[in-house]
Amino acid sequence: MNWIALKMLTGDQGKYYALICGVTFACLLIAEQSATFCGVMMRTTGLIQDIHGADIWVMNSNVRYLDDLKAISDDAVFRVRGVPGVSWAVNLYRGMGEAQLASGNFQSMILFGVDDASLAGAPIHMVVGKVGDLQIPDSILVDEAGFHYMWPGEPLQAGKVLEMNSHRVVVVGVFRASQTFSTNPIAFTRFSHAILYVPPATRMIPFVLAKSALGLEPADVARRISQQTGLKALSKPDFVWVTMMYYLAHTGVPINFGTTVILGFVIGCAVAGQTFYLFTVENIKQFGTLKAMGLSDRRLVGMILLQSLVVGGIGYGIGVGLATVYGIIARKSFILLSFFLPWQVLAITALAILLISLLSSVFCIRRVLILEPAIVFQGG
Amino acid sequence: MPTDVVKTSGVSCQSVTKEFNRGAARVLALQGLNLQISPGELTLIVGPSGCGKTTLISLIAGTLDATSGEISVLGQDLVHMSKREKTTFRARNVGFVFQQFNLLPALTAAENVAVPLVINGWTKAKALERAAVVLKSVGLADRMHFLPAELSGGQQQRVAIARGIVHDPQLLVCDEPTSAIDAKSGQVVMELIRGLALESNRVTMVVTHDQRVFGFADRIVSMDDGRVSGEQRQTPADANHGTEQR
Ligand SMILES: Nc1ncnc2c1ncn2[C@@H]1O[C@H](COP(=O)(O)OP(=O)(O)OP(=O)(O)O)[C@@H](O)[C@H]1O
Ligand SMILES: [Mg+2]
Repeated sequence: MNWIALKMLTGDQGKYYALICGVTFACLLIAEQSATFCGVMMRTTGLIQDIHGADIWVMNSNVRYLDDLKAISDDAVFRVRGVPGVSWAVNLYRGMGEAQLASGNFQSMILFGVDDASLAGAPIHMVVGKVGDLQIPDSILVDEAGFHYMWPGEPLQAGKVLEMNSHRVVVVGVFRASQTFSTNPIAFTRFSHAILYVPPATRMIPFVLAKSALGLEPADVARRISQQTGLKALSKPDFVWVTMMYYLAHTGVPINFGTTVILGFVIGCAVAGQTFYLFTVENIKQFGTLKAMGLSDRRLVGMILLQSLVVGGIGYGIGVGLATVYGIIARKSFILLSFFLPWQVLAITALAILLISLLSSVFCIRRVLILEPAIVFQGG
Repeated sequence: MPTDVVKTSGVSCQSVTKEFNRGAARVLALQGLNLQISPGELTLIVGPSGCGKTTLISLIAGTLDATSGEISVLGQDLVHMSKREKTTFRARNVGFVFQQFNLLPALTAAENVAVPLVINGWTKAKALERAAVVLKSVGLADRMHFLPAELSGGQQQRVAIARGIVHDPQLLVCDEPTSAIDAKSGQVVMELIRGLALESNRVTMVVTHDQRVFGFADRIVSMDDGRVSGEQRQTPADANHGTEQR
């Protein structure tokens, strides 16, 4: 009966396209909203993502998320190095610095200080200059968006001069950073410099970056570090997750976006369900005829499910495709747009569309099951 | 014919009633109807609108349940059959021809004719092969791949007749098969139905109020107010007169 179900579905092209449009719309809405939501959530962790090389973050046991800066002791890095399974460990400074521009204006900056010797944790996506230039005394790297923010209209270049905590610093390179919520420029320098560039009160070690030995799971090594040092140690993905969860729990962002995602789902359900239901109602006589001719309920249900799954599948394909295209175009047009389409969003959208398809077919199935086959004799 | 033959291979209705409940209102569509029908002859059911003709053939075809009474069709007791058994019974034994044809608009003529076979578990290829043969027998060999919308009313009804008998059912029920088509097509359709009734010795019932086709019947059963009010046997004008089918 499958070929008959498919022919019934595609036979009336107008209705068929309307159905697919409905599901596509629902899919686009859900995928786009979820992706924007993910993009926004990713911003909360952009600074973690941008620290490359290390796969474990070690911090004060009271730290709840990335921006929650609390000091650890000076010897923490040595204790971490002593934990079996740790390949290497270095200090990472993170704080706020105040920079004075040549124009006299002051500008707050997010300042990272990486290990002097290895520069572990420094950015890798350089636009101007190279990471190694940090070995030059009093040098910093700033992020692309930050550069434009501080020197609007000027081409990206090395050689710009700033003053930080009465130290003259030179911008030797520009890197590309992930998006964050803050408009503050991000700067990288060596650890020994970083603590000179910030006010004395914030001179501390907030993080130790560590790398697990080859073949070991970072999460396992992190657990071992926690046990042996009493510090909080998280694998990079776990720290991303914990930070994201903190923002989820403590800001209004997720609720606002979650509402839109749910709204997308509800509207999608309504639109797709309605069109599919109308499709069934308009074809009720055909189902009645098949029923009268002795088609069992089980096979009728199979036909309807097949029809709705085919429509759901096609609508999903087009919808996700459109969402991707939208993401690409939108990201090109406005830098500030948050859009992130990981496979999880695709999976959730697929699940939602599957649910929509099944939900709407439930109504149709009910309608067809209670149908008296005798209606076929009624004229009209 | 002895009556037990009728009971095993024909249709037998005894004291059949059918009541429809529409909210508080009750409609007694059939009230204690008795009827025997033999296979191998063409039986017309006639009567004024609303007298219960459609209700009667729906009960006999197993698409509707009687309120009370006994109905035996092709030796099977319909009243005590489960819903599922009835569905199987219809698939195997009943052919339908409707006033409005009820072809699936998205399927070609051949595909429409193949549907009952597919319902009975045939593969698509085999069913289409058989459908082609039957379509030829109703004179539509050259319309095989046309969609219903591309056929005239008369041609559509011939496709529907092919679909009604493609699985060789022992019961063929037709509700007003000629009232949506022109007179000439109606004659062709009735000739076909009559030929099929005689050829395979099946029970063939045609509900109609189209006086022009009365001549095709072996037997005409009149109904009034939910009961059989009379009947008449006749020697049919017969299929000698013109078999031109186009
Ligand atoms: N599904 C239903 N619900 C309620 N009443 C019904 C239903 N089907 C038929 N009836 C009623 O039962 C009676 C018989 O209807 P039926 O359709 O059998 O008449 P009919 O002889 O076929 O009439 P017609 O020649 O107009 O087709 C009518 O009064 C009709 O209103
Ligand atoms: Mg009727």
